[in-house]
Amino acid sequence: MENTATANKPINGPKAATRKKWLLYAALAAVLIIVPVVFQAATGLGFLVRILVVVGIWVLLALGLNIVVGYAGLLDLGYIAFYAMGAYAGVLLGQSVSDVLGGATYWAMLVPAAIAGAVTGLALGFPVLRLRGDYLAIVTLGFGEIVRICLNNNIFGLTNGANGLPQGSDQLIPPFGAIWLQDNVRFETPIGQFVFSQNLFWYFIVVALCIGAIIIIKRLDDSRLGRAWVAMRENEVAAAACGVNIMTQKLWAFSLGALSGGVAGITFAYVQQFISPESFTFMESVFVVCIIVLGGMGSIPGVIVGALLIRGIPDLIQGLAVAGVLKLPGEAISMITGYRFLVFGLLMVVMMAVRPQGFIPSSRRARELNPDDDGILADEDQSLWDLEHREQSSAHNP
Amino acid sequence: MSLSYLLEQTLNGITLGGLYALVALGYTLVYGILLMINFAHSELFMLGGYVGLGVLKLLSDPAVAEATGLGFLEPIQTFFLSGTFGFVMLIAVTFAVSAVVVGILGMFIERFAYRPLRHAPRLAPLISAIGVSIFLQNAVLLWIDSKQLPYTRADGSAFVQAQTAFNVGGVEVSTMQIFIIATSLILLALLDTFVSKTRIGRAMRATSQDREAAGLMGVDINSVIALAFFIGPALGAIAGVFNGMYYGSVKFNMGFIPGIKSFTAAVIGGIGNLRGAMLGGFLLGIVESLASGFVSNAYRDVIAFIVLILVLIFRPGGLLGEAVAEKV
Amino acid sequence: MALVEANNVTMMFGGLKALSDISLSIDSGEIVALIGPNGAGKTTFFNLMTGIYKPTEGSVTFNGQELGGRKPHQICQIGIARTFQNIRLFANMTTLENVMVGRHARTQAGPLQAILRTPKFKREEQHTEDEALKWLRFVNLSDKANDLAKNLPYGAQRRLEIGRALATEPKLLLLDEPAAGMNPQESAELTRLVGRIRDLGITVFLIEHDMKVVMDIADRIYVLDFGEMIAKGLPKEIQRDPKVIEAYLGKGAEALLAAAQSE
Ligand SMILES: Nc1ncnc2c1ncn2[C@@H]1O[C@H](COP(=O)(O)OP(=O)(O)OP(=O)(O)O)[C@@H](O)[C@H]1O
Ligand SMILES: [Mg+2]
Repeated sequence: MENTATANKPINGPKAATRKKWLLYAALAAVLIIVPVVFQAATGLGFLVRILVVVGIWVLLALGLNIVVGYAGLLDLGYIAFYAMGAYAGVLLGQSVSDVLGGATYWAMLVPAAIAGAVTGLALGFPVLRLRGDYLAIVTLGFGEIVRICLNNNIFGLTNGANGLPQGSDQLIPPFGAIWLQDNVRFETPIGQFVFSQNLFWYFIVVALCIGAIIIIKRLDDSRLGRAWVAMRENEVAAAACGVNIMTQKLWAFSLGALSGGVAGITFAYVQQFISPESFTFMESVFVVCIIVLGGMGSIPGVIVGALLIRGIPDLIQGLAVAGVLKLPGEAISMITGYRFLVFGLLMVVMMAVRPQGFIPSSRRARELNPDDDGILADEDQSLWDLEHREQSSAHNP
Repeated sequence: MSLSYLLEQTLNGITLGGLYALVALGYTLVYGILLMINFAHSELFMLGGYVGLGVLKLLSDPAVAEATGLGFLEPIQTFFLSGTFGFVMLIAVTFAVSAVVVGILGMFIERFAYRPLRHAPRLAPLISAIGVSIFLQNAVLLWIDSKQLPYTRADGSAFVQAQTAFNVGGVEVSTMQIFIIATSLILLALLDTFVSKTRIGRAMRATSQDREAAGLMGVDINSVIALAFFIGPALGAIAGVFNGMYYGSVKFNMGFIPGIKSFTAAVIGGIGNLRGAMLGGFLLGIVESLASGFVSNAYRDVIAFIVLILVLIFRPGGLLGEAVAEKV
Repeated sequence: MALVEANNVTMMFGGLKALSDISLSIDSGEIVALIGPNGAGKTTFFNLMTGIYKPTEGSVTFNGQELGGRKPHQICQIGIARTFQNIRLFANMTTLENVMVGRHARTQAGPLQAILRTPKFKREEQHTEDEALKWLRFVNLSDKANDLAKNLPYGAQRRLEIGRALATEPKLLLLDEPAAGMNPQESAELTRLVGRIRDLGITVFLIEHDMKVVMDIADRIYVLDFGEMIAKGLPKEIQRDPKVIEAYLGKGAEALLAAAQSE
């Protein structure tokens, strides 16, 4: 929506501003390329690339959930279910076609994974999106658990239960080029031997996916759909009176978010070479919500920084300790894993009281989360569905 | 399937339902007044189980008296371990301490995690509550134990030897089940009377109907809310102790699933409605128990969650919920 | 055929009859006022017309189409726009963005076009902005285009709501107490604004307590009291109607008489 602020053009003219913007992008691109290459080359730092891949997948996940929570204002506590759907659908389907497709399997499976996510999102969203915010949160949570339990119970004999996929000696074939690059691109540098590892390969894939997602999200935000999202978040009744079909806009947000979760899911499966229900618990959903809340709802830089902090730092400390760079006793390492949830829980409480808009907020979300008066607040909380179905709407008198 | 199996499953369901009902009251009380889901409530239920275990061990496990070396514990334990009166007192003290400790914790949570957010968008207190929930779970995991703890003395003996079953017309009934069902019914009746008959109970109802108006009429809103945050968690804690005794163990994450189910129970009955929560609790308990007995035990939670989703979609006001309209 | 036709509309809220057996009709190009004491059921009637409630009995048609059972956004689509008694703006959007949202029903671009930035999408966005600016000028707010809606003064917020409603290109505009809280100067300005809206060929149906505004502008008036239609007719007739004066007894009656005398 930046484009609409026509009256506030920078004084030095649009041309200079564009040049500045491109310079910034170029610098960013350089950092994104050079940093992992240096990590890869430096002896003993290769594990950092792996961490960046994991963080990248979580950025993708958080970008997706951010459409739902940050833009459409809907709290989804079962988001990880779409991640799981993408992963399982992609892996299961991939296994049956990998003989034919070989190294193209991952690429081809992006499509069914995305569809699996989006379709699940639609199927769940259609009946439940009309619900009031906190009910929606609980229903999505329930749905997430249903999916996890079904996977764990080896539903339809497909998912291999708690043992996960792929089964036995089966393997997920790495995408084209990954192996070739690993075998052929290697040379000595002053800081160590550089090998174009599979991790590095995945790093570039994940970064590309994230950039794609960011472009898409920014464009959606600055469009009719993005305006409708803001409008319905701020005042559902008025938005409907302006002709916004609330259900449709929510479904778009929900299914786009789910689609992105599906893509993240299949990528995770191929990076990890293994999936099991353990990776798709409620805690993982909370993890993504945490990233968004702490980073800043509706803010893309916020989400990226959130993922770096929340997913990256604990892994980083652990990795450094394992690599022997940080001298930590083994006990302390397991403490970090244990304590991080404790800290996140506390941070969520403190953040809501002190800075509900997150570390790097979107300015509009910041204003919404710190309402000037209870009137605006009441409008925001009122849902159209509650009004229309007043006979059924909940009583609040014991 | 025999009739007695059906009856047995139903009885299990009613027992389970009694626990759900006790926990559901906490959700419904808070939702009625603040229109928020106290997501941390399930953790208070879990903590109730832990506090109860601690009290039981302290007062009746000789191994603990020895290990702590606290001389004065021995005569106390002798009292609680001797005779029926001692036993009854032991149970009473355990429930009372657990309820009070957890109740106070509930008030504390409200004061520091929720009260500052009373004029914030609805998402904010919900997220804060999720934070509290995660914090409490992990606090127990880190500072007490990450493993399942048996609800017994160190020598493995149960605190309450109430699993002895007797046969009623071919159906196995345990004294523990009767104990749970009776206690939950009594507590529910007491709460119902409290809310409908006493002055402070009326203040609670007034607050839940219209917080602002009640405030103008001289009701001290903060104390009413604090009271709700005492009673709800206290009842949850009692359910937690029962849960430990009935299933024989406690674990840091034991609150999560029963928590969602109890919330489901509250919704089924019409959230905000006390009697509805009781009804919903028993209904859900029976449905779940029958489903696990006759459909699939592995999918019992799935079935309960599906009930939740269906109720929210088709009857979000619940069975006993009254219609309230919002004005445009 | 009348533009709006209400036949024997009854609306119950639980045991409360907010509207009972109301019939009315509005012709194209008219300015019709709906008046009545507090709680008479005026806003409820608007809510029925805009898909927020469905009448318990009876029907309301617009251009021959039944309104009951339609969703609010569908009603906007077929050409009815409204404002709200308690202003409902998108508080944290700018004035311009508020009006741009009003264009929603008249634009098509879907997510795919937005992602691909097709020429059609760009054209439509430009058009949306131009239209929004046009309506901001119409309600005299173009100098505030980039202000946040919540920071506008009260009178301007009311005008913005009207501008946003106009951007939906309605055939019928429902105004719920547009002059509430305005000073005499502002309400005079509002009266002129409503006149200009009618000049665009838009039919106006308004609820208003300010009798001066009503008498100045309305072609015809319907009067509700306790959910019943107690009178209808030309402003002059209404002013002299004993039932209306009785319903308004108290502060309202004086206002009505004062308005009558000032003519
Ligand atoms: N959603 C609802 N549920 C229950 N009662 C309602 C609802 N909406 C309106 N009412 C009642 O219906 C009656 C008519 O209300 P309405 O808002 O239509 O009055 P009004 O004529 O617009 O009054 P005012 O001049 O104060 O705006 C009132 O008694 C009101 O309390
Ligand atoms: Mg009104």
